[in-house]
Amino acid sequence: MTVNPSGWRPSAPANEQGEAQTVTGNRALMLEEPLLFEIGKTDQTGVDFAEMPERSSRIGSLERSKPIDLAGLSEPEAVRHYTRLSRQNYAIDLGLFPLGSCTMKHNPRLNEKVARLPGFADVHPLQPQETVQGALQVINELAFWLLDLTGMHGVAMSPKAGAHGELCGLLCIRAALEARGDKREVVLVPESAHGTNPATAAFAGYRVENIPANAAGRVDLDALKARLGPDVAAVMITNPNTCGLFEPDMKAISDAVHAAGAFVYCDGANFNAIVGKVRPGDLGIDAMHINLHKTFSTPHGGGGPGSGPVVLSEALAPYGPLPFAAKYPDGSYKMVEEENAGDEHPNAFGRMVAFHGQTGMFTRALAYILSHGADGLKQVAEDAVLNANYVLRSLEDVLDAPFAESGPCMHEAIFSDKGFAGGLSTIDLAKALIDEGFHPMTMYFPLVVHGAMLIEPTETESKAGLDQFIAAVRAIAERAKAGDQSLKGAPVHAPRRRLDETLAARKPILTYREPEPAQAAE
Amino acid sequence: MRYLPLSDADRSEMLQVIGAGSIDDLFRDVPADLRLKGPIEGLPMHASEMAVERHMTALSRKNMVAGEAPFFLGCGAYRHHVPASVDHIIQRGEYLTSYTPYQPEIAQGTLQMLFEFQTQVARLLGCEVANASMYDGSTAMWEAIVMAHRITRRNRTIISSGVHPHYVGVARTMAKFTEDKLQASLPELTGETDAEKLIAAIDGETSAVVVQYPDILGRIVDLAPIAEAAHAAGALLIAVVTEPVALGLIKSPGEMGADIVVGEGQSIGVGLQFGGPYVGLFATRQKFVRQMPGRLAGETVDAEGKRGFVLTLSTREQHIRREKATSNICTNSGLCALAFSIHMSLLGEKGLRQLAQLNHARACEAAEQLETIPGVTVINESFFNEFTVNLPVEARPAVHAMVQKGVLGGVSLGRLYPGVDALKNGLVIAVTETSTSEDIAALKAALEEVVQ
Repeated sequence: MTVNPSGWRPSAPANEQGEAQTVTGNRALMLEEPLLFEIGKTDQTGVDFAEMPERSSRIGSLERSKPIDLAGLSEPEAVRHYTRLSRQNYAIDLGLFPLGSCTMKHNPRLNEKVARLPGFADVHPLQPQETVQGALQVINELAFWLLDLTGMHGVAMSPKAGAHGELCGLLCIRAALEARGDKREVVLVPESAHGTNPATAAFAGYRVENIPANAAGRVDLDALKARLGPDVAAVMITNPNTCGLFEPDMKAISDAVHAAGAFVYCDGANFNAIVGKVRPGDLGIDAMHINLHKTFSTPHGGGGPGSGPVVLSEALAPYGPLPFAAKYPDGSYKMVEEENAGDEHPNAFGRMVAFHGQTGMFTRALAYILSHGADGLKQVAEDAVLNANYVLRSLEDVLDAPFAESGPCMHEAIFSDKGFAGGLSTIDLAKALIDEGFHPMTMYFPLVVHGAMLIEPTETESKAGLDQFIAAVRAIAERAKAGDQSLKGAPVHAPRRRLDETLAARKPILTYREPEPAQAAE
Repeated sequence: MRYLPLSDADRSEMLQVIGAGSIDDLFRDVPADLRLKGPIEGLPMHASEMAVERHMTALSRKNMVAGEAPFFLGCGAYRHHVPASVDHIIQRGEYLTSYTPYQPEIAQGTLQMLFEFQTQVARLLGCEVANASMYDGSTAMWEAIVMAHRITRRNRTIISSGVHPHYVGVARTMAKFTEDKLQASLPELTGETDAEKLIAAIDGETSAVVVQYPDILGRIVDLAPIAEAAHAAGALLIAVVTEPVALGLIKSPGEMGADIVVGEGQSIGVGLQFGGPYVGLFATRQKFVRQMPGRLAGETVDAEGKRGFVLTLSTREQHIRREKATSNICTNSGLCALAFSIHMSLLGEKGLRQLAQLNHARACEAAEQLETIPGVTVINESFFNEFTVNLPVEARPAVHAMVQKGVLGGVSLGRLYPGVDALKNGLVIAVTETSTSEDIAALKAALEEVVQ
């Protein structure tokens, strides 16, 4: 018997453990859920409207005649559909989410509450400025604290996410170079950089060249110095870097880059490790984006929205984009846009988004910063680094830790699958962690470590939680080193077994299509 | 500190395991002379939840809330009623506090939702495929232009004068730093669109024509002849939709031959939020899918043959292709896409059509009322829920004067096109299902007074 003709709820075959099959394919709290288009109907709706007033149409000649084919659900059906789906997701609210470089920390609910205050949530971006003084003040206040925490000169608030911030920073650099009539074509990027760095540099019209890392996992200063020259526009450095290590030569790197007439872009994805401990401005950095969804804990939301303000040095600040919120001596706030930029910010490189950036994220980040305060943010960095080092030292005897000898790590610890037997690799350990109730670490990144496992616990994990995670990783690592082939089958307890990504890419099915009538009748 | 679980006892125990004497030992790679000696200066110490809420609430009260006044602003962001269940569901921790679904076995909720979102967006915009979202409409438009260049191997773009000037601004910014040639112009305060001019401007070097539908003044332009002319010259048509609710009532851009359709999805499920976060919609033809930017969720099966979903075609993306990627986008707008998808599921086709009809009816009512004011004319020959009036006075001061009467009475073209004399009397008025007849009467009364 097939419960659903689409095959979505097969009567599950008994698995190796001989678990009893169910008619529905559900297993108690683990509920299968069909696609919206399999349960919804185009004439069903979960929204009631008042009776339509009779009016003559002024729509013109382009009235829609074809159906759109959008499935609708009543409210109870919709709530159930999305609630059931939600239960197939892992989340920080459920447990440790140690994705290195992604900074999955607790999202305080106060921040959600304040972002939903009508005075923030229900305000139009083009309202006259006298009606949005509070919103402008939020942008300005957050900007002020970001400058305080980074020791920089200016900040562009409008970039929508980290990669968008990278682009903003590079466009500032480009504008500054063009202003001095200097045409440079190359951006240097360490091999260990996030993929967004080279992609952004290429997007901004630069040629990308890699610079190698040294044996200690840091930028090879001599190789960098040797490559600097009149064609290099900027160097993009991640600090702390993606191996979880601070670049101790950062100031020397900046000095060398500046001496060569280029600029230092810092990928600030890992700012959470040093917030309140050291200011990027003191390291000679010219531009750095801050992922508000990482360091300042605005929620990741299953892949966004992010927010990527960019702090700028004195040399770059004049070129920052429009619009921005300025405070005036009389205490009022004003949005500086194209029309008034001429007087106040004549060298702006332009506009990056339609409106003012992720204002809804600014309210959350401001609430986060004010909640922690100067002492709390310092503690954030310290606890994040403490937790990562605790993981490093608790696992280095069972997992290869390529840079363990070179000293403490920062907010994340890197391991590799060196020593795994029987053809097992990083992915097998990661998938086995799923069965233990944890989200896996970042796999196979950074590229400079073969079979990399990058673990970032964050400061919002308790010691007891870390101990449980460490015990799980240790047990799985022992199995991997013994070549236990059952790891290849992990996960077995998740809503799905390993998914066929090759099939998905070879024959892409990106939207739902109704099954052919012949198939549906089977 | 309420967000930090470690106790001092935990900390010292952990330092012992690590073999470090103090926390400072762990920061030894940071040169000592650059390390801050104590808590950073300026920022106050930590604060209670109550104190922070009080501060933020005080700031929020300095804003005039759209829902507390007769409200008629649009131009790229629209105020619609969002069902209560939407905001409830998106606050479930499994959605709110999850990451990009890199581990599909424990992210089927997000992946299936994205697959459903892609299907909804593709169908609404009239295209074969859609991606899992972009930052917003303006950045989606820029990405579409770049994608058209990749497909046509040309770099000349003709942007209609009806495209939102801030969207044009974003494209201009990016073009400054690339080899792209953009041709853009200012709209005219008439009912006639620039369709004929666009068609005349297309040549053998044109990569794409970009047309907003309905346009910045609310006019509904027939895309079919423009698509035909573009295709005849080997160019693409990019359509930009800033008010997707309109597509419940008017033909989709895909249906009229648009090759790439981008949009701002804020209208459906996502509130105004002073400009962000919003959600960029991006749809195109199947044959162009490998040139698309952004994440894509795709269907597959698991090791037991059960249907499941994964992120796919990632060989286009920055984390694999690095400097050769189709875009640098990484994080997009997942949670807003979820809000869009839930709201759209609640509406369904029936609800979307009703919503669109109701919006149009309200806008017709407002247009009829405002046309009775001496000296005020509606310029549009056609419109959906947004139209432009030509006032006998400058619109920008009129908007400020209406605020004094408690009415948020539209967006002046003076605000959007500062310094352009020919447009300064134009006022764009958006009317949605949230506007009542009383609101419309209040707008009419306020406008009547300020134009005298």
